[in-house]
Amino acid sequence: MKARIKITLKNGVLDPQGKAIQNALGSLGFTGIEEVRQGKYIEVDLAESDETAARDTVDRMCKNLLANMVIENYAFELVT
Amino acid sequence: MKASVIVFPGSNCDRDVKVAIEAVTGTPVNMVWHGDATVPASDVIVLPGGFSYGDYLRCGAMAAHSPIMRDVVRRARAGTPVLGICNGFQVLCETELLPGVLQRNASLQFVCRDVWLRVENNTTPFTSHYRRNEIIRLHVAHGDGNYFADAQTLDQLEGEGRVVLRYVDETGEITATANPNGAQRNIAGICDPTGKVLGLMPHPERLFEPALGGTDGRKMFESMLARIAA
Repeated sequence: MKARIKITLKNGVLDPQGKAIQNALGSLGFTGIEEVRQGKYIEVDLAESDETAARDTVDRMCKNLLANMVIENYAFELVT
Repeated sequence: MKASVIVFPGSNCDRDVKVAIEAVTGTPVNMVWHGDATVPASDVIVLPGGFSYGDYLRCGAMAAHSPIMRDVVRRARAGTPVLGICNGFQVLCETELLPGVLQRNASLQFVCRDVWLRVENNTTPFTSHYRRNEIIRLHVAHGDGNYFADAQTLDQLEGEGRVVLRYVDETGEITATANPNGAQRNIAGICDPTGKVLGLMPHPERLFEPALGGTDGRKMFESMLARIAA
């Protein structure tokens, strides 16, 4: 089973990298961009086949290491 | 005084801080590898600057979960003073011994220059030899020093006198231009509720003797020695 994990900055947390990307897109001629936020995407392959157990494991992985809950949110999906 | 400096893969200020501690306090320093399970008996533990684990995932995140850090956290909770410099500050935040997080500098630029700081709390084991509100000059060198915590946490830190160092201009005024990284409320260093765990972005070990171009970092090590000897 594979976990596809998305980690994003919480609302209100400044994202200077997103801002720089937005500016770069603007300088390339892309108009109408209201905001760019940069996050992380992580895939974890699990030997676990039970979905409930996998969900619990990935949740703990996110809380303990993959996301910093001070500034980040996480969401994930499990695919077989 | 017995001091230990924790060495992570990617630490690069570990030997500088060892030299500074030994020169100022006259006692040899243990260098402790990140993979070790326990810190030798120590009166003070230092987490040095650098780029532990290549700053993978988030700066300080991997180091915070290294084997030695379990013992460092245990010692800190038992009252051993812990000083985290630059990457060490980032590690302390990731272990949650200190609140908040150090984000990418607002400018997105690595900043390497001297800064002026105001010592707002001189009751910690690392700042007792400074006068309260003394203006000092130290060096910063980091890409991720932009201190962030939510407003409630910031208010609590300020209310409890836990903002130990703040970026100011040469006259002691808190200004945006004095802030090298966009840190909330110009925060350069904070301590835990006991005052014994201090994290700061500037490097006291880089300006501790005249040959280095300044001596304002020296009192941090003298404070350490005085507190331990007392």
